[in-house]
Amino acid sequence: MSLTDEEVNKIANLARLKINPEQVPEYASNLSSILDLVEQMNAVDTTGIEPMAHPQDVAQRLRADVATEPDQRELFQAIAPATEAGLYLVPKVIE
Amino acid sequence: MTVTETEALKQAEAADKQRQNGNANLLTGIPLAQKDIFTTLGVKTTCGSKMLDNFIAPYNATVIENFNQAGAVMLGKTNMDEFAMGSSNETSFYGAVKNPWDLERVPGGSSGGSAAAVAARLAPAATGTDTGGSIRQPAALCGITGIKPTYGRVSRWGMIAFASSLDQGGPMAQTAEDCALMLDVMAGFDSKDSTSMDRPVDDHTAKLNDNLKGLKIGLPKEYFGEGLDADVEQTVQDALNVYESLGAELVEISLPNSHLAVPVYYVVAPAECSSNLSRFDGVRYGYRCENPTDLTDLYTRSRGEGFGDEVKRRIMIGTYALSAGYYDAYYLKAQQIRRLISNDFTEAFEKVDVIMGPTAPTTAFKLGEKADDPVSMYLSDIYTIAVNLAGLPGMSIPAGQVNGMPVGLQLIGNYWAESRLLNIAHQYQQTTEWHRAIPTNFA
Repeated sequence: MSLTDEEVNKIANLARLKINPEQVPEYASNLSSILDLVEQMNAVDTTGIEPMAHPQDVAQRLRADVATEPDQRELFQAIAPATEAGLYLVPKVIE
Repeated sequence: MTVTETEALKQAEAADKQRQNGNANLLTGIPLAQKDIFTTLGVKTTCGSKMLDNFIAPYNATVIENFNQAGAVMLGKTNMDEFAMGSSNETSFYGAVKNPWDLERVPGGSSGGSAAAVAARLAPAATGTDTGGSIRQPAALCGITGIKPTYGRVSRWGMIAFASSLDQGGPMAQTAEDCALMLDVMAGFDSKDSTSMDRPVDDHTAKLNDNLKGLKIGLPKEYFGEGLDADVEQTVQDALNVYESLGAELVEISLPNSHLAVPVYYVVAPAECSSNLSRFDGVRYGYRCENPTDLTDLYTRSRGEGFGDEVKRRIMIGTYALSAGYYDAYYLKAQQIRRLISNDFTEAFEKVDVIMGPTAPTTAFKLGEKADDPVSMYLSDIYTIAVNLAGLPGMSIPAGQVNGMPVGLQLIGNYWAESRLLNIAHQYQQTTEWHRAIPTNFA
């Protein structure tokens, strides 16, 4: 398995990660060797085997649909990079 | 990472009062170090990342809250691989932790700071988390005792998520007995963690003194093959002989799919990490890049600059494995083989009470030795990863030394068998002295 620089850039974009252009070949090489390791899975016939999503095969516990958390907006926004009037600020999205 | 001197003195005073009032318990006033992955109200929680360099959590993790209730004293937060992704502590944004037994060697990871602090006797005990071996492997490399409980035993609330179906917190200390006391406080149902299991908690110290006559110890032949250092193998064999002398019986078993654990892990863990770490977006908390030009630039640069290389690699592997057209070939396939690996253990536990083998294939390696080769680094967790995939409890205990560096013996138990594991470890520690060994410069 060998990833091209173009594929690395595509994956980085999907993951919303900025990768410096000069580092792309290094990522391509490292990611390819990780995928080579992973390829060992292909030697196993897994026909009919139920995928295991949880280590003990239990379903997630559900809770009653009631509000349990108090409003802590000020506390949570105190650690935000930029807020105004109780809102999180981001660069302008709509022109 | 952070020393919480003022808070520690306050907690110590409170513990003194608790004692005077006669409502102290065994951990009241005991100083502990906390892995910097557990959120602490008012104290920085970095998770070893530039992304969280300025992060002060607005709440305590359940584990921290449990120790506070018990009256324990937090000395500070320990260094770790960035977001717990690493086996040497070298991926920390704040620099590598060094092994107290040899300052040119790694302490293991990701809970390397906790392991080194306990080994150097800076703290009598510490917390760790274990996603693929991150409690057991550093415990082995630093010559201390650590236990990863059954998945669902210790609350993950406030424990910054890496791979949600694998992560589990646990204690690291000098002895199995100390780990038992710590686990009594850490374990239990937590309604705030949807993966926490609602079942009674053992008194982990109750069975420590049970004798081991007739104990059946399974030795997976796959754990004693190629890749295992010959001196480490001999050391493990010596430890097994001690168990025989205590009345245990050694039985060869097979875990035929164990060679697939590392490949499966490097699909499952990155897939879950790419999802979990999508929360770091430069908007609500954590690192934000300077002067973003638009929203995409804000996301990509905040994440690109805030995460280190290993974290970025794993996010990208996970993103790739989950992306359209690849999901079945990678993620689904990995989940299917995960079941085969888990079934191997189920079959083994029909024949034996506990499984033993080396924790790591070698003693601590040199700083920088594997830093440029992710795959060789991943293979240092070859014996620990399958335990997380199956969700079983596992331990590492000091079992000897090779060229002055500690060797760990790994104990793997059936689901919810923490008390039994601690008993088996404690009995070994009653007849051996390896857990008392202290690095020369710290004695």
